[in-house]
Amino acid sequence: MAEEGPRRVGPPVIEKTPGSGLVGRRTRALLAPRVTGQVRYTDDIHLPRMLWGRLLRSPHPHARIVRIDASRALARKGVLAVITGRDMPERFGIIPWTPDEYPLALERARFIGDAVAAVAATDERIAHEAAELIDVEYEILPAATDLDSAIHKPEIGLGRGGKDNVSKEVELEFGDVDALLAGSDVVVEGDYYYEGSAHVPIETHCAIGQYDKNGLLTVWSATQVPHYVHRELSRVLRLSPARIRVIQPPVGGAFGGKSEPFSLEFCAAKLAMITGRPVKFLYTREEEFYAHRGRHPMRMAMKVGANRDGKLTAVDTLTHIDGGAYSSFGLVTAYYSGQLLTLPAFAQGYRFKSTRYFTNKPPCGPKRGHGSVQPRFAFEVSLDKIAEKIGLDPIELRRRNLVEANARTLNGMRVTSNGITECLDRVEAASQWKERRGKLPEGRGLGVAASAYISGTNYAIYPNAMPQSAVQLKVDRSGVVTVFSGQSEIGQGCDTLLAVLVADELGLDLGAIRVVSGDTDLTPVDLGAYSSRGTFMNGNAALHAAQQVRTKMVDAVAEKLGVTPREILVTRGALCVASDPTRSVPVTQAIELAEGKFGTLGAVGYYNTPELGGDYRGGTIGASPAYSFTAHVAEVAVDVETGRVEVKRIWVAHDCGKAICPTIVEGQMEGSAYMGAAEAILEEHVIGTDGLHMGPNLLDYKIPTSLDVPELIALLVESNDPEGPRGAKEAGEGPLHPSIPAIANAIYDAVGVRIDRLPFSPARVLAALREKREREHRAAQAAE
Amino acid sequence: MLPLPIFEYHKPRTLAEATALLASLGEKAMILAGGTDVLPNMKQGLFEPEHVVSIAALAELRGIGFTRGADGLEHLVVGSGMRLAEIADSMLVTRAAPALGEAAGLVGGPHHRAMGTLGGNICLDTRCRYYNQTYFWRKALGFCLKKDGTACHVVKGGAKCVAAASNDSAPALMALDAELLLLGQTGERRVRAVDFYTADGIRNTVLRSGEIVVRAAIPVVPGRRSAFEKLRKRGAIDFPLLSVAARIDRDPEGGIQAAEVVVSALGARPRRVRAAAKIEAGAAAAGLAEALAAGAFSECKPLTNLDEEAEWRREMVPVLVKKAVTRALG
Repeated sequence: MAEEGPRRVGPPVIEKTPGSGLVGRRTRALLAPRVTGQVRYTDDIHLPRMLWGRLLRSPHPHARIVRIDASRALARKGVLAVITGRDMPERFGIIPWTPDEYPLALERARFIGDAVAAVAATDERIAHEAAELIDVEYEILPAATDLDSAIHKPEIGLGRGGKDNVSKEVELEFGDVDALLAGSDVVVEGDYYYEGSAHVPIETHCAIGQYDKNGLLTVWSATQVPHYVHRELSRVLRLSPARIRVIQPPVGGAFGGKSEPFSLEFCAAKLAMITGRPVKFLYTREEEFYAHRGRHPMRMAMKVGANRDGKLTAVDTLTHIDGGAYSSFGLVTAYYSGQLLTLPAFAQGYRFKSTRYFTNKPPCGPKRGHGSVQPRFAFEVSLDKIAEKIGLDPIELRRRNLVEANARTLNGMRVTSNGITECLDRVEAASQWKERRGKLPEGRGLGVAASAYISGTNYAIYPNAMPQSAVQLKVDRSGVVTVFSGQSEIGQGCDTLLAVLVADELGLDLGAIRVVSGDTDLTPVDLGAYSSRGTFMNGNAALHAAQQVRTKMVDAVAEKLGVTPREILVTRGALCVASDPTRSVPVTQAIELAEGKFGTLGAVGYYNTPELGGDYRGGTIGASPAYSFTAHVAEVAVDVETGRVEVKRIWVAHDCGKAICPTIVEGQMEGSAYMGAAEAILEEHVIGTDGLHMGPNLLDYKIPTSLDVPELIALLVESNDPEGPRGAKEAGEGPLHPSIPAIANAIYDAVGVRIDRLPFSPARVLAALREKREREHRAAQAAE
Repeated sequence: MLPLPIFEYHKPRTLAEATALLASLGEKAMILAGGTDVLPNMKQGLFEPEHVVSIAALAELRGIGFTRGADGLEHLVVGSGMRLAEIADSMLVTRAAPALGEAAGLVGGPHHRAMGTLGGNICLDTRCRYYNQTYFWRKALGFCLKKDGTACHVVKGGAKCVAAASNDSAPALMALDAELLLLGQTGERRVRAVDFYTADGIRNTVLRSGEIVVRAAIPVVPGRRSAFEKLRKRGAIDFPLLSVAARIDRDPEGGIQAAEVVVSALGARPRRVRAAAKIEAGAAAAGLAEALAAGAFSECKPLTNLDEEAEWRREMVPVLVKKAVTRALG
């Protein structure tokens, strides 16, 4: 081991301090400017002499670019520049092993909506009109617009080297799956299909580039990964990172859809460098659907075996993944489609084979619950089918197969805290499961599902030994503490989380904390707001920094009061002697004392995961320092006349370790469950066989209105993770997973039909009901 | 965001000024009422007016009240400038023409109803999933019969546009036998709602260039009841996948005098269900809803102009008709 590469810093030592009582309280969050319209998003930034950019996109799903003639556009009054793929002939991609995108397509456009040229003009309307004046000659190529054509027409050649359309293949096996299945009392087989869905953030992608006379390029972007944007801008523009600053203003929703660089950031930068004027790009709603990176369509053939005693034996899964035109995070998606299934309840054997294919469709990527929401649907429905076959309550079936706390999963993932038992107990009690399931009137039903999710991945996107998250504190003698954090506030509340943790540690009011986040010039590197890593990693980094300041304050106060530091207690507003609270020093004065004793105060904190994961290729993908756990019970009403499924309520019990800001955690739980329910009932990201999006707008792509949202009941479960900041784990993605299967299982309880294909639209429900009636009719006839 | 193209904006202060202006501008002008449909369509390049004439300031288009017509019958008169929210909230409409009130209350979402007007909804452009898209999208498709192209993507090889009437007020006004007052430079004319719509998806009304819909007059008949039903995927915002208005006239003894059922969001023209016209005076109320539902099912064939699920919409025709008729029967 010793001869292996450079040392990698591990997690810092974090003291278990009692805090000053702010953690877990329902404090007023720092989100008031957001909910009152005071927040300034990227599109709210208007710079002097700013130009507007607009992308010209391919109207063909697959075409060779023969020639681009921009002369008509350049002749248009108000147009300053046009760029094409040749201006930035450098591939990029979020995963360093699969860079396959150009800011503007260089030789081939690979989907309807692929960017091929960009224009900068004096206003937005002229930019839009001028883009239409760029003449592109295409040579149309055969296209793969669904999984079947991608699988069966390798000659289309979208994969590496053009041999086939394969993006990534993963095959892993744990235990003797064939033998386990052969020896099972029951084996449930099913084909499941998920069509795909989009993130639909209310704020569409927006970026501004500015290039000043010192040669400094500044890019403001609605991204959730400023650090990766910084790196890729440097690579593609062939500019030193020292000459680039990326600023991430508050983001109006991301959900994973802004986790990598996009055409607009490169084009805004390049056009700003060419014209010497700031350039803004704002995607239209339609373009948002083309930039996509939404949830992958997946076709899953799943076999699950069990014995009559309710013990699961083995799971065997064959998954085809429709990746769209580019790799994006696809390498990880292919692993996640299998690796994240082994918690909370699982079998003794597992084999999964997942193949991600390229198609000529908008590229898929990570959406809240990356890669694991689709197989979770298939698996939890399989469990429901097994429970019925062996005559066991579905909650009980799960209880009999739980992975324990402080254990290892079948695929080698380390589990620490685990609150799944309490999650199941809570939803069972709250929904009156025992009294009501199977006993509700026809058309009403209850369904259960459970899941687990990572609290950040230990898989750094580019291999390096450095911390994954860092925080700097600046302590002002006025009593104001500024937290500089590389994390991205995308509405999930990470700024508030940092403020609460730091204020709690130092005995300050929330109002005394300023958070500066997401600015590569001002803040230390954090890898970004993805993989539910914020609370765990950034929170630990903040605690690590705050405790260094706290120690100095305690030392200075102890000296002043003539006691040992051990005897000092940090309370809200003052540091006092634990045994005699009347002897105390206000926090502000403590800061002054510490500054006097130690010099100017400040600290740097960081976090890096310990070494984790299974000892096999891909064994680190899915490894996390902690896992969150969720259980849902959904209640539905099915209208047998129209086929319409109404989700009446969802009870969501989520083990977040510790709710540092309970209101925000509940918001994440509700928002997740809502998003899952929407995918179950309404949302469907469909591309036609001609490669054309079936409706890239908010009339055709249906996200729920407030009238379509079920009642959501958030039940907090706190398992106090030993390594999480104050015991906390993630809450942003995990609670989405059980929504879809819980609803599917509730539909079965309500009307006795299984719909193994999403979404559960009225037409599909009605067709399934009809089929069931016909089946019963035939059975009755046969019996006569 | 998608920018609005350049146009010249006019805001006449009187109806006479508006009709004169529209006459002088001719086909180059479009009327803007609430703007909930015209403006998005302009952004998508579906409408390309050089002049936009706002009729929002015209007091003559406002008001809801009762008047006695030349035929001696009492009429509920609703000004075309009334906002859909005002109509939905109106006690007069709710009492005299419940189907219209319900229809107005189900258009779009609250914001659309706060801005959108009755006149605007009456004149709503037909809709199709191959048409109500951006210029880029339609270009990638190869355009269509209704705008910029020659092919129909709903009916392959079709020469007639089958874009769907998507205005919820249309079937309600037709079922209620409303009469529309239209005013142009050459004078006014009265057209029954049932004669106002045509089967041409490109332009599905008889409204002439420069004409304004001034108001709708709905006869108030003792024993008349009506109801409206709408099919959509979500609880709000969506245009109809089907809309059904039913009217039942009962005689004092409780028998059926007459019935009318109009189903819309099929093709360009809302369809009057023939089975309703065949109901004879004195028919019994029992079984009526089922009979009309069956009649509507055999007469109404939704197309794939609004979504893929035409088959499901077809199955929903009798379900909605039965609901509407049952409610109208009271």
